[in-house]
Amino acid sequence: MLERKSKTGIIFMTLAMISLLGGALFGCIGAIQFVYPDFLSSVAFFKIRPLHVSLVVSWIFFSAVGGIYYYFPRYLDISWRSEISKKLHLILYVLTGVAILICFFLGKFGGREYWEFPPWLAIPIVVSWLLFGINYFRSAFSKTFTWPVYMWMWATGIGFFLFTFLESYLWMLPFVRDNHVRDITMQWKSYGALTGSWNMLVYGTGIFLMERIQKDGSIAHGRLPFMMYFLGFINLLFGWAHHTYFVPMAPWIRYLAYGISMTELLIFARIIMNWKESLNVFQRGYHDLSFRFIIASEIWIFINLALALLISVPAINLFTHGTHITVAHAMGSTIGINTMILFASCVFLLKDASSITPAQSKWIRSGFWILNYSLLAFFTFLIIAGSVKGYRIVVLKEDFMVTMNVITPYLKLFAFSGIGLLIGLSMIVIPLIRVAINAVVIQFRKPEILVAVRASAEVYAEEELNVN
Amino acid sequence: MPITVKRSVFFSLFLTFLVYTWVVSTAGTEVDEGKSFYNVEAAAGKLLFQKYNCGSCHQLYGLGGYMGPDLTNALSDKSGKEAYIRAILKTGTAKMPDFKLTDKEINELVAFLNYIDKTGASPVLDYSINYDGTVDVGKKK
Repeated sequence: MLERKSKTGIIFMTLAMISLLGGALFGCIGAIQFVYPDFLSSVAFFKIRPLHVSLVVSWIFFSAVGGIYYYFPRYLDISWRSEISKKLHLILYVLTGVAILICFFLGKFGGREYWEFPPWLAIPIVVSWLLFGINYFRSAFSKTFTWPVYMWMWATGIGFFLFTFLESYLWMLPFVRDNHVRDITMQWKSYGALTGSWNMLVYGTGIFLMERIQKDGSIAHGRLPFMMYFLGFINLLFGWAHHTYFVPMAPWIRYLAYGISMTELLIFARIIMNWKESLNVFQRGYHDLSFRFIIASEIWIFINLALALLISVPAINLFTHGTHITVAHAMGSTIGINTMILFASCVFLLKDASSITPAQSKWIRSGFWILNYSLLAFFTFLIIAGSVKGYRIVVLKEDFMVTMNVITPYLKLFAFSGIGLLIGLSMIVIPLIRVAINAVVIQFRKPEILVAVRASAEVYAEEELNVN
Repeated sequence: MPITVKRSVFFSLFLTFLVYTWVVSTAGTEVDEGKSFYNVEAAAGKLLFQKYNCGSCHQLYGLGGYMGPDLTNALSDKSGKEAYIRAILKTGTAKMPDFKLTDKEINELVAFLNYIDKTGASPVLDYSINYDGTVDVGKKK
């Protein structure tokens, strides 16, 4: 039977999934407003966009953190040094999140991209993250053993999120704010590393899951996993500048970033070289619901890495920067990679804490396909819209409005596929939220029901395995 | 891989990053061609740009939202004379809400856009592409 201490992790996961549902809903509304500006005009686009972005960012953080809180005592045999710190972290996150949502609905801004809320709300975020970070390091160092690579990745993600989050507020100093070139460069430098830091949390979770599902310790130990980790770390630190290639900063910054970005070709080459081996592993593990999400994330890593490499070449970035190709890159990574891995984590965690019934499992499997096909359509229409926009503005030197009229049909298709995304996500998230609530209620109040549900789910899983 | 090697690599990279951050935030971004246009009004306009979350729809240097045009060179763009920009700020458009801006706020936003306009060009329309994939940017579009 699980310990009561596991509850915080499940609550984080539940809130994460609720955030994702909200984020996807606002994303859908925003996409429709993009092509039909009168749609739901009482909540204008300039409010909808930050609502969408903030809730999706919350999904990533809540679920990654929830997983770490759960896996430490349950799978790594590491007790959390402070249970109070965990609870405070949760309370601060929730209160800050609610305050941010209220600010957005009321049209109270003052920040900038990602953190549009009034700057004082950054303070509780920093405090809550400090609580988490201190607790992580104190707990992790309390046990003497060789850290697997995912613990390094989590530690890096925690440390660098704090660093880059604070860096993204340097604009409050006149030294940065009063020079726009410096300001925008530092802003996007911090954002580049910031997304790198949450990727560390998410990819770390992915490697943890692969190790556990495949029961193969070599995935997280040894020379190769660490070499790949350090390569990712170098890109986190120095590979951000494709966001700002054309900001008039010193040219060496962009040359350095260009060179660093190209080191990702090594990761790309490794994926291609290991393709056959990966295919065998995928086929073996396909029946496992968690693993299915991991497989999807691997395919999206391949697609997004190819796109990232292309747009890191300045000669290509010239045409893609500021177009919908950047949106495709962001959405492809957030949904295709991060969300798939985090869904795998949700399923893995909830199967451990409670049980997913056969009916719920069917919904999730259908949602999985709708989500992936919709994402493919979504991604493709954004690439087309961005390519046309880049060509018409940079090559034909057309005006913005003329170009937007030309790409509107593709944007309508993009908005339509966004509805598909919302449906697919809902089919996965709603059953999982029910399982999570059951886990919290049943596990801690009526454990005998859990035993019965789990037994029926195990029979179903066995039948599925035999069919496959 | 021994733990000492992992720690050494990690901390070497981290120290390099700190030095790099310092250089980027000082010498790497020292040049600001619009500096002489940055005054009290422009500084206030910059904060208004954030207060009204203009970045959710507009871009500066291609960074920001996608609903409206990039405003980096809005004041020197052939379709974006100052009077035109002021009129849009005053009344809004079919896609842009009327934020009920005061004349003072409009002046400050225009001063900010004027400053941004002098800092560089976006989108880049005057360029030459080199064989190694790098791009040389012209002075102004």
